[in-house]
Amino acid sequence: MNSLKLDENQLIENFEAKLAKNEMIEPKDWMPAQYRKHLIRQISQHAHSEIIGMQPEGNWITRAPSMRRKMVLLAKVQDEAGHGLYLYSAAESMGISREEMLDQLHTGAAKYSSIFNYPTLTWADMGAIGWLVDGAAIMNQVMLQRTSYGPYARAMVRICKEESFHQRQGYEIMNVLATGSVEQKEMAQDALNRWWWPSLMMFGPRDEESPNSEQAIKWKIKRETNDQLRQRFVNQTVSQVEKIGLVVPDKAIKWNEAKNEYDFGEINWDEFWTVVKGNGPCNKVRIANKIKSHEEGAWVREAANAHAEKNNKTKAA
Amino acid sequence: MNDSQGILWEVFIQSKPGQPHKHAGSVHAHDNEMALQNARDLYCRRSEGTNLWVVPASEIVASSPEDIGSFFEPSNDKVYRHPTFYSVPEGITHM
Repeated sequence: MNSLKLDENQLIENFEAKLAKNEMIEPKDWMPAQYRKHLIRQISQHAHSEIIGMQPEGNWITRAPSMRRKMVLLAKVQDEAGHGLYLYSAAESMGISREEMLDQLHTGAAKYSSIFNYPTLTWADMGAIGWLVDGAAIMNQVMLQRTSYGPYARAMVRICKEESFHQRQGYEIMNVLATGSVEQKEMAQDALNRWWWPSLMMFGPRDEESPNSEQAIKWKIKRETNDQLRQRFVNQTVSQVEKIGLVVPDKAIKWNEAKNEYDFGEINWDEFWTVVKGNGPCNKVRIANKIKSHEEGAWVREAANAHAEKNNKTKAA
Repeated sequence: MNDSQGILWEVFIQSKPGQPHKHAGSVHAHDNEMALQNARDLYCRRSEGTNLWVVPASEIVASSPEDIGSFFEPSNDKVYRHPTFYSVPEGITHM
């Protein structure tokens, strides 16, 4: 018993020494069960967010205002699907199966980013999502390129590189609307009003309300806190709003010379928790759509399997 | 094709933790363990890596060079997948 216990301590020591040297953890390395559990949860929920995130934008593909916008939106939604697949694979390297993860999503056992539970009401929402939602996601993902788990970090490097067009295309849409007719400018401002606060909520609860954060920072899964990332997002985005003649929908927003950053108003945390707990505007329809597409795709999976089996038999014969 | 030389294995080296494994070359061996050892002796004599993968060459599925045109063609005409396709106002930073 004693030597077994010593071994475990030694393993933890080695693991922590690796993290201290900023070395990455690879799938076959020993890792604490809690580290594995934390990452399976985080990576799978990140993957689910990419997949569910296809729905709000998919809603506008058939109604994009030009062929150019339609091609771009298709390419973006296709990227989100790809990003989901990179992330599912990274999670699988920790020992959970794809089937298990999909099941967790479909039954509601696993969550995804709450931002995708808001509806996309106008074309300007495509601009606001690319600019603000992808912008906030990129802020988080840039940090995760240096996360301590190798396969997750490598997926992030690929994703960040591909996402570099997502934010620009969104901002371009907003800029065109904001400098267009009165109605177009109103539409842009309305989209900004509706997406600004949910985008700030994407960074998660305040640091003191975020129970998983401390451990995640200790294990170098996260390198910065929710509030630090949120603050940086506000600092970078305000001038982008002003540049195209729109107004940040927050009366408390003000440059703080002493702190060299923006002060901003309080997030509506009641709304935040309502959506997290499943009662946002679109939670039910998003999951219902996901389950429907999964079920309607069953025959494709079955046919692919039957085809592979037939080919194997032919080869063996 | 298991003659007296053993089968062919492809060797992938991770130069340090966190880096992706990269193809280094091939090696002959008769089983998993020998493949790893031969790969180490052949490709890692100067601290080239911290991790090795060996895969039987016959297990690798590859695209065919003669199809290169049509196989990768779908991505050739999609310039809108690149950030430079979009115009943003002068002076915008962090994007």
